[in-house]
Amino acid sequence: MSHDHDHHGDAELEVRTRALESLLYEKGLLTAAAVDTLISAYEEDIGPLNGARVVARAWVDPEYRRRLLDDGSAAIAELGYGGLQGEHMVVVENTPAVHNVVCCTLCSCYPWPVLGLPPRWYKDPAYRSRIVIEPRSVLAEFGLALGEDVEVRVWDSSAEIRYLVLPERPAGSEALDEDALAALVTRDAMIGVSRPLAAALAP
Amino acid sequence: MFAYGAAERGPPRPIRDPARRYDCAVNSVHDLGGMHGFGAVEHAEEPIFHADWERRAFANHLVLAFQGLYGPLDAARHAVERMGNERYLTSNYYEKWLDAAERLLVERGVLGAQELAERRAALERDAGRFARPASAGPDELAETVAAIIRGGDSPRREAAAPPRFAVGDPVVTRRRSPRGHTRLPRYARGAGGRIVGHHGAHVLPDTNAHGLGECPEHLYTVRFEAAELWGDAADGPGAVHLDLWESYLAAAGEERR
Repeated sequence: MSHDHDHHGDAELEVRTRALESLLYEKGLLTAAAVDTLISAYEEDIGPLNGARVVARAWVDPEYRRRLLDDGSAAIAELGYGGLQGEHMVVVENTPAVHNVVCCTLCSCYPWPVLGLPPRWYKDPAYRSRIVIEPRSVLAEFGLALGEDVEVRVWDSSAEIRYLVLPERPAGSEALDEDALAALVTRDAMIGVSRPLAAALAP
Repeated sequence: MFAYGAAERGPPRPIRDPARRYDCAVNSVHDLGGMHGFGAVEHAEEPIFHADWERRAFANHLVLAFQGLYGPLDAARHAVERMGNERYLTSNYYEKWLDAAERLLVERGVLGAQELAERRAALERDAGRFARPASAGPDELAETVAAIIRGGDSPRREAAAPPRFAVGDPVVTRRRSPRGHTRLPRYARGAGGRIVGHHGAHVLPDTNAHGLGECPEHLYTVRFEAAELWGDAADGPGAVHLDLWESYLAAAGEERR
């Protein structure tokens, strides 16, 4: 199902947004400074680079990896990340035998402090309906083929606990430092719908 | 803090029939897990916001939520669920937030339905009016927003009673269709699983969304084998995990209610 342009066009939605917000500005319930604080936080500051740094640290530091899997929120806070829509985060680790993938079938729950705002496909009915019942087919469409013997663990999050996937470290990345490793960690790898980039692609 | 609504806090109140007070149905189309017919996932790289109204609808919604204007955050979540099935499926994501904001603010008396309709009509005649005011520099509301972005608003609470279940326990989800907000999706009702995690007590969305109190309960991660949920349709070895509140669960073997 396509959601690109719905039966309500952008012009109508602009009018509705402006009607609502203009009354709220007049009543003092919105201020431009408050609104801009939110926009800049999620458009400029908080995004998947945060999660990539967490993953890269776990790849180079076995003690950190242990803390991360034991208490995700606390270990993520060590790198300075946490807060809104990620008050309680759990990190699940991929291995050769287990692949993890995260979704929210009821709405759009997502670990904002480490991934930012969710992409559109994560919130669309196709992903939300199918990933729980046919995860292998969905992952194959994303280009991620899993062996028949690999166990697929789906984490259908519902607001209170937010999940982050710790992907497997790519082969051949032994010589890379933490920053170069973080550059291999994509948003999709931390949702669990793809693998990290190949080590040869490191900058 | 704001989003969970300090004003709503207080002694737990019994669950009344929320359908008497709210136009709400939990078995609505937002509960998508396991449905067929939506086609392939459209996996495209896209900007965070596709139009400027989306950017503002997103930020406006949270600034309003942080001030408690929607009541508890769960009420805002539920407002999206009760927009109507057909509209839910044909609306853009931030349109759902906008729709929830309009509905909740009018329901709660923050805005009048008529003043909103009149303002919209005025803008339909001349879309250039009522532009957003320029920022007058940092203010108290912006500081509040920044503090909530950094600190969040945890729904975890002190537990009033010890947990009924422990990691490893087999459980069965209750089979029910409450007229209101819940986090037990249809595909996992009446299903057998095993507790794999315990997260302490958390605000119960089923009551909190309806202004009926936080009623904190122990929250567990429950693992359901794919074959238990989907039978022959399971597409290989695997499991689905859900975070479920204690009242959603019965011990395996306990009579299902």
